[in-house]
Amino acid sequence: MLPLALGIAVVLILAITSLFVGVSDVSLGSLLASGWNDGPMQVLLVSRVPRTLALILAGTAMAVSGTLMQMLARNRFAEPSTVGTVEAAKLGFLAVLVVAPGASVPVKLVVASGFALASTAIFLRILRQLPIHATLIVPLIGILLGGVINAIATFIAYRFDLMQSLASWSTGDFSMILEGRYELLWIGLALTVLAYVMADRFTVAGMGRDFTVNLGLDYRAVVSLGLIIVSIVTAVIVVTVGMIPFLGLVVPNLVSLTLGDNVRRTVPWVALVGAGLVLACDIAGRIVNYPYEIPIGTMLGVVGSGLFLYLLLRKNARLA
Amino acid sequence: MIVTTNLTKTYGSAVVVNDVSLKLPRGGVTSIIGSNGAGKSTLLALASRLLPATSGSVTIDGLDVTTTPGDMLARRLSILRQDNHIAARLTIRDLVAFGRYPHSKGRMTADDEKMVSDAIRYLGLEALSDRFLDEISGGQRQRAFVAMVLAQDTDYVLLDEPLNNLDMKHAVSMMKLIRRIADELSKTFVLVLHDINFASIYSDHIVAMREGTVVRQGTPREIVRSDVLNQIFGIDIAIHEIDGHRIGLYYV
Amino acid sequence: MLASLDPSQPRPLRAIAVLAAIAVAVAVAFMTIGANGQWDFVLSFRGSKLAAMALVGYAIAVSTVLFQTITANRILTPAIMGLDSLFILIQTSLVFALGSGRVALIAPQAMFLVHCAAMIGFSWLLYRTLFSGRLQSLHLVMLVGLVLGVLFRSLATLMQRIMSPNEFIVLQDRLFANFNAVNTDVLLISAVAVAAATMLGWRSLRTFDVLALGRDAAISLGVDYKATVTLVLIIVAVLVSVSTALVGPVTFFGLLVASLAYRIAGSSKHIHVLPVAVLLAITALIGGQLVLERVFALNTALSIIIEFAGGIAFIILTLRSAR
Repeated sequence: MLPLALGIAVVLILAITSLFVGVSDVSLGSLLASGWNDGPMQVLLVSRVPRTLALILAGTAMAVSGTLMQMLARNRFAEPSTVGTVEAAKLGFLAVLVVAPGASVPVKLVVASGFALASTAIFLRILRQLPIHATLIVPLIGILLGGVINAIATFIAYRFDLMQSLASWSTGDFSMILEGRYELLWIGLALTVLAYVMADRFTVAGMGRDFTVNLGLDYRAVVSLGLIIVSIVTAVIVVTVGMIPFLGLVVPNLVSLTLGDNVRRTVPWVALVGAGLVLACDIAGRIVNYPYEIPIGTMLGVVGSGLFLYLLLRKNARLA
Repeated sequence: MIVTTNLTKTYGSAVVVNDVSLKLPRGGVTSIIGSNGAGKSTLLALASRLLPATSGSVTIDGLDVTTTPGDMLARRLSILRQDNHIAARLTIRDLVAFGRYPHSKGRMTADDEKMVSDAIRYLGLEALSDRFLDEISGGQRQRAFVAMVLAQDTDYVLLDEPLNNLDMKHAVSMMKLIRRIADELSKTFVLVLHDINFASIYSDHIVAMREGTVVRQGTPREIVRSDVLNQIFGIDIAIHEIDGHRIGLYYV
Repeated sequence: MLASLDPSQPRPLRAIAVLAAIAVAVAVAFMTIGANGQWDFVLSFRGSKLAAMALVGYAIAVSTVLFQTITANRILTPAIMGLDSLFILIQTSLVFALGSGRVALIAPQAMFLVHCAAMIGFSWLLYRTLFSGRLQSLHLVMLVGLVLGVLFRSLATLMQRIMSPNEFIVLQDRLFANFNAVNTDVLLISAVAVAAATMLGWRSLRTFDVLALGRDAAISLGVDYKATVTLVLIIVAVLVSVSTALVGPVTFFGLLVASLAYRIAGSSKHIHVLPVAVLLAITALIGGQLVLERVFALNTALSIIIEFAGGIAFIILTLRSAR
């Protein structure tokens, strides 16, 4: 319990830091010196608080989705951005924009989640044909599949002049987050809680179909539920803040190194580390090149791929 | 009682289990023997609803395995297949605790905890219980899997080659454990075994398969005989009676 | 040339002759179709584009085939192992370290040579690390290469973001070449580099055939393994620099061209495979650009289509290797 409390404290400190870092002057002094309707308080309420909440919500949901994906694919290196889920969601949003530009947000979300779900389910089905110990094939093929879907999306976006939308989904960036533009992410939190409630089922599914059936669970139902959660979370994050690369891969793997993969035990930690890492990267992105910002997609592109390489190359990786 | 009626499994034109009708009585240890590809593992998977049958049916104490709710069956029957590969990093204790899932649904009571500890102790894994599955040997892992199905505490326990990966010492203690649990807790074990001598010494009942069908069944005394084994395996095996056990000498 | 179309000729030679004829036809079509009589402008504008694509096709084809030779497999390519991205990273970090003011004073040609030199050093390091035998599985090597590519690109993006926006805009043209905005500044020096690389490899052409058998076989057949591999790596690094400097990274093109070339050539001798691969690459690039630009008026689609088709080809090859 004590380590968990410490972890929560660190994330809280990061969250408070995030409230006070940025171009406009927001500090305790300026807040106290000015009134409720003045600049500093308004910046805090309209921009900084939403941004900080968005960071925590997105980091938590994305990292936990990674854990689920690893259980469903029974593969350490599966996560929404290494199995094509992210790219399929982007394609889904693009399809709505082309076919029905005026569609409401829920419709867009349902279509994009549908695309993500269908593509990931087909991918998992293909993987079942491969030997289970071919660990590295899954991210390898998944990243390539993502590239192929991305090529289709780029082509469509190019034809219909939607490159700007596609670019905003492709690189995670929290700098545009304001009140009223992040609230979809609460769906992510709801699904994360659901994942925690169902944690045991996902651990069992991670042991494979035979074990799941032996323990009296409906394997298909568990996998479907997991895929639905992952797909919706991915779609929500892609459309509100853009893709956050490798977060769902590195966070669960780092947690697993010490705590293992019992989802009931790891989810709180995965959520905390996910939120902490995203907060830290975003704050760093605001500081490094002050007063300009570096989007989190770029920061995590470096940190995430670096950590991914560490996981692949560390001495006791025992891969393939 | 496990009853299979005209049970058949085909893959394309290959018939793996062919019209098997079998009654396995409650209690005791039943061993299924036969050459590779005789359909033993498939029969076990069909009986435990891991594989859907092409035709025919299986009932456990009168419950049809294809229509009975999965969690209800999971409290009556457990199955461990061979060649289990778990990619998730779980500790032995985590794994064995999941054996209680059909009963506890994830909310472990003190009784559940005790059963988990007992199962770990039976298999001699106390010292390793906090180690991860990917940090222990193949034999230790096999024992952890068996501990898990024992923790499931079902009337029927189906084990496909439980001696896989075990050295002599652990193979013997595994068979002794199975025998003891069957006798003391009156559970029913159905095992797929490769070694006819383990089957001969530790089982009450032997079912012999060849090319997808059951060719003989009976007590070890009826099955472990040169003429019968020749019919099952197609080789000559001399039988010696040693200390009251019928031992087949198939090395020479 | 007609004589070599004679069916009594061996298959590789026939294939080379037919492909050469097609390549010339496509090039002529590229130069003339839709020119509308404004020859002066069209010939120089299209001419430099044509030259660039021919150089890129040559560079990608040769570097891929040779890289597959020294790694003794037919799935890995320099681009998949992140070498294109490495070049972008080197380019960016030099600008980052020197500052755009100073870089603007250096001639682009001289800058390109510096990039090339750095590329040779770093790709040698990368090769030594990845192929020292520590990474047992081919899939691990592939995955590490893909992720390294992402890391290099992200690092480059990070540096570009950190540069002041004004500096960045000054350099954008030089950093982001593509098929539609070929970097013609370095056309001549690229041609020289390609020629030099070719001369370097020419004498060892037959040694490469032995190298493709793998390290152990090559050594036992008396090849100076280390020297030859180093030679190939230098050639590959120079060629990758050329293609990336001219049109930017093209991840899967080499894979497509090389896999097709092995099939068409029907021989594994480099003297046959290399010309077939080069001609295929040039034909595909010029022909693809011609069709997309003049027929469909889709100017930027070529690299997208290459990513799409190449990605699918790679997936199929990888799945096959796993079975």
